[in-house]
Amino acid sequence: MNFDPRYSGRNFSSVGTRPIRPDGIDKVTGRARYGADFNMAGQLVGRILRSPHAHAVIKKIDTSKAEKLAGVKAVITAKDLPDLTDGDAAMYDILDNSMARKKALYDGHAVAAVAAIDARIARQALKLIEVDYEVLPHVTDVDEAAHHHAPLINDQIFTEGLEEKPAKPSNVTKRTQFGHGDVHKGFAQADFIVERSFKTEQTHQGYIEPHACVASVNPDGTADLWVCTQGHFVYRQHCAQLLGLEASKLRVTSSEIGGGFGGKTHVWAEPVALALSRKAGRPVKLVMTRDEVFRASGPTSATSIDVKIGAKKDGTITAAEATLRYSCGPYPGSWAEIGAMTAFACYKLENVKTVGYEVLVNRPKTAAYRAPSAPMAAFAVESAVDELAHELGMNAVDFRIKNAAQEGTRASYGPVYGPIGIGPTLEAAKNHPHMKAPLKMNQGRGMACGFWFNFGGQTCTDLNIGMDGSVSLAVGTVDVGGSRASLSLVAAEELGIDYSQVKAIVADTSSLGYNDMTDGSRGTFSSSMATISAARNAIKVLRDRAAQMWDIPVDDVTWEKGHAIAKGEKYGNLSPLSLKDIAAKSGTTGGPIAGHSELVADGAGVSFATHICDIEVDPETGATRVIRYTVVQDAGKAVHPTYVEGQYQGGAAQGIGWALNEEYIYGKDGRLQNPGFLDYRIPVCSDLPMIDTQILEIPNPNHPYGVRGVGETSIVPPLAAIANAVSNAVGVRMTHIPMSPPRILAALDAEREG
Amino acid sequence: MAGVAVSTTINGDAVEYLCQPDETLLDVLRDRLGLTGAKEGCGTGDCGACSVIVDGRLVCSCLVLGAEAEGRKVETIEGMAHGDQLHPLQQKFLEHAALQCGICTPGFLIAAKDLLAKNPSPTEEEIRFGLAGNLCRCTGYDKIVRAVQDAAEVMKGA
Repeated sequence: MNFDPRYSGRNFSSVGTRPIRPDGIDKVTGRARYGADFNMAGQLVGRILRSPHAHAVIKKIDTSKAEKLAGVKAVITAKDLPDLTDGDAAMYDILDNSMARKKALYDGHAVAAVAAIDARIARQALKLIEVDYEVLPHVTDVDEAAHHHAPLINDQIFTEGLEEKPAKPSNVTKRTQFGHGDVHKGFAQADFIVERSFKTEQTHQGYIEPHACVASVNPDGTADLWVCTQGHFVYRQHCAQLLGLEASKLRVTSSEIGGGFGGKTHVWAEPVALALSRKAGRPVKLVMTRDEVFRASGPTSATSIDVKIGAKKDGTITAAEATLRYSCGPYPGSWAEIGAMTAFACYKLENVKTVGYEVLVNRPKTAAYRAPSAPMAAFAVESAVDELAHELGMNAVDFRIKNAAQEGTRASYGPVYGPIGIGPTLEAAKNHPHMKAPLKMNQGRGMACGFWFNFGGQTCTDLNIGMDGSVSLAVGTVDVGGSRASLSLVAAEELGIDYSQVKAIVADTSSLGYNDMTDGSRGTFSSSMATISAARNAIKVLRDRAAQMWDIPVDDVTWEKGHAIAKGEKYGNLSPLSLKDIAAKSGTTGGPIAGHSELVADGAGVSFATHICDIEVDPETGATRVIRYTVVQDAGKAVHPTYVEGQYQGGAAQGIGWALNEEYIYGKDGRLQNPGFLDYRIPVCSDLPMIDTQILEIPNPNHPYGVRGVGETSIVPPLAAIANAVSNAVGVRMTHIPMSPPRILAALDAEREG
Repeated sequence: MAGVAVSTTINGDAVEYLCQPDETLLDVLRDRLGLTGAKEGCGTGDCGACSVIVDGRLVCSCLVLGAEAEGRKVETIEGMAHGDQLHPLQQKFLEHAALQCGICTPGFLIAAKDLLAKNPSPTEEEIRFGLAGNLCRCTGYDKIVRAVQDAAEVMKGA
């Protein structure tokens, strides 16, 4: 319907205010229903048996004893999830990850599952399943896995992206390359060159809510799935395809979601729950334990990155190059590719080249984690940028400002930038009081920049106006952190009514058209665009109804501040009609009033941030403390500024955990040694200071209100900002994340020993 | 296994239930009594999402057996508001947007209530250490600390 998504300046009434979120009351009273809070009559308890081996052929599975246990209603293996993927390799990998078919590929890989009348019987049944494994050599380290002598995880993989298909299979699934110019020429022009290698360890998204679902498959082929997910429409597609169901007959309802950060964009146990329900003929509730969450869902890539940057004496970068190796778990991914795209996105570079290698390892399948792949690349690049600034004798902020990308810059990954925020965030950081605050002994200050693309995608929204004039807004993007509040603000803004008149919900897959999931910072960007479009469509109807009520041509009716206005002096005696007045008469003027919108939200605006932090290091123990932290980020337009601040703070906190403490620790046996919150320690309240935020608003030209995504960029700079701060505090360049006390002590010892 | 008959008080109401000897208080609350406000984030006492108060003591209900509630007084998130009157902590969590996904919120509210009962005027550091047994992955804790500070002020004035 001729929707114009372009930005136009306006004075906002609702957008930019900070009301209480509509789902808040349920969340502070314990009434909100998350994945594990839903139950169905006759429901069984599902449990999954997981491989204790990092790499093993599954020779035989004997389920007969488990099946005979009283109270067990179904036992399944990969046989009960037949391959319906029809040559779709990506879907086959999702199927294989749900339930191992021939080989167990990591510690925690599902091999069988049971449904029983209670949890105790289900646990007993798992112990009665006998699996005959042939244990194979494994590899969990990204650099070791990339070697030609490493144990092969999949002998059908031949590295893609090389000029010639290699003769032998390898764990390196793909090579990708980005850039422009001639880096050799650029380095020849440089007066100073910094070249370093970096490593980052694998981390988990660490959402507090484990994966949970209730699946109910009926004999007639209809099914329901209640699940915590970032994308119920995508879960429906994947589950329907894997189970052989018709998508329209599988109704997926997204529960309240207890954190996702990318980890709930992939189906994990949901196909298993559906298969159990199908076999048992009863609903099945399947909730992962925390141990399972760590061993079998999430994590991000572990990486190994080489960076080389050269600059002239005046501070101009002449060339930049990076080689990035990212672990993918046991299935091919595009994680290094994304890292290679984002690595130098903050800078204006004549000569730049990045090469990414995707590497298979015997670890859980890599999943998206908030700006996936970007934080590690930024750690390597921003560390080298800091070091180069130091060698040049330039201030680290000024060096970045001199080389920052601008509107019209060709990005290192290809496109030419429109209006962007890297320069303004750097200027704001430079002028921030934090930059001038004094430091004490053993403290260091660091800063770093970060970039994220942001996504748009398919979006469908319904806006229905009740006869009492209240507005219900049904969106299909899962609300992960307050988007129902921001989208209600947008509907109120566009309709010209009060926020309290709007109630937003997340609709299930049978109630609304397809929506891409809440990822890529797209939730508020894309659904606000669709909400504006739906509201504008509703306004057309409202004007038409007012015209009927007045018996005048609709072209003479305008919509202002929530009212239909009859234009022109001849209508001087017609008082404006409020939305409520028009809604009250809708039964006699043509029926219900609604606005719908289906669109592809193109034009997501790229996002930049600059972070500043102060870290104190205890040189005796290597322990660190975050003293002060500041986030400066471009939001385009902050629809609900408090929740924008929340995204900035939350991303920074996750980045702090990643930088200083969090990591997957594997033993020589290939088993994960810390699958719990005690040993995989995410930041707690006493670990952190207040996190200061500064929101910049450089409008996105491709959104009516200028909105950009805000959710992900905040996790990109912290690894580097903290590494720079620690390096400045101790005088040694830190090259391995996380900078846990033993690593810091080792770096200090190495420096002392020269 | 034979069930254990338990008589207890939950949020001021007399409650009786049968539970298995190895069943946690969290499982009883959630699966037998329908009180799903307490969440299981880990099952090992590391995340605090299942926090409840038993006889005035803050506990992780995943580390308490259902049978241990016999004769005690249990307070859960479902009993925090008085009728339609939210507790000041609940109100301040809403006003400060001290929650994003909200899964940790019931545990934080219970822990903060316990903290303020014992220390009505906590410093920022005391709040941070007082709530260090509760994990939040969304907020970075900034707005949670501010909400507790603000609620403490309101409660002192009440």
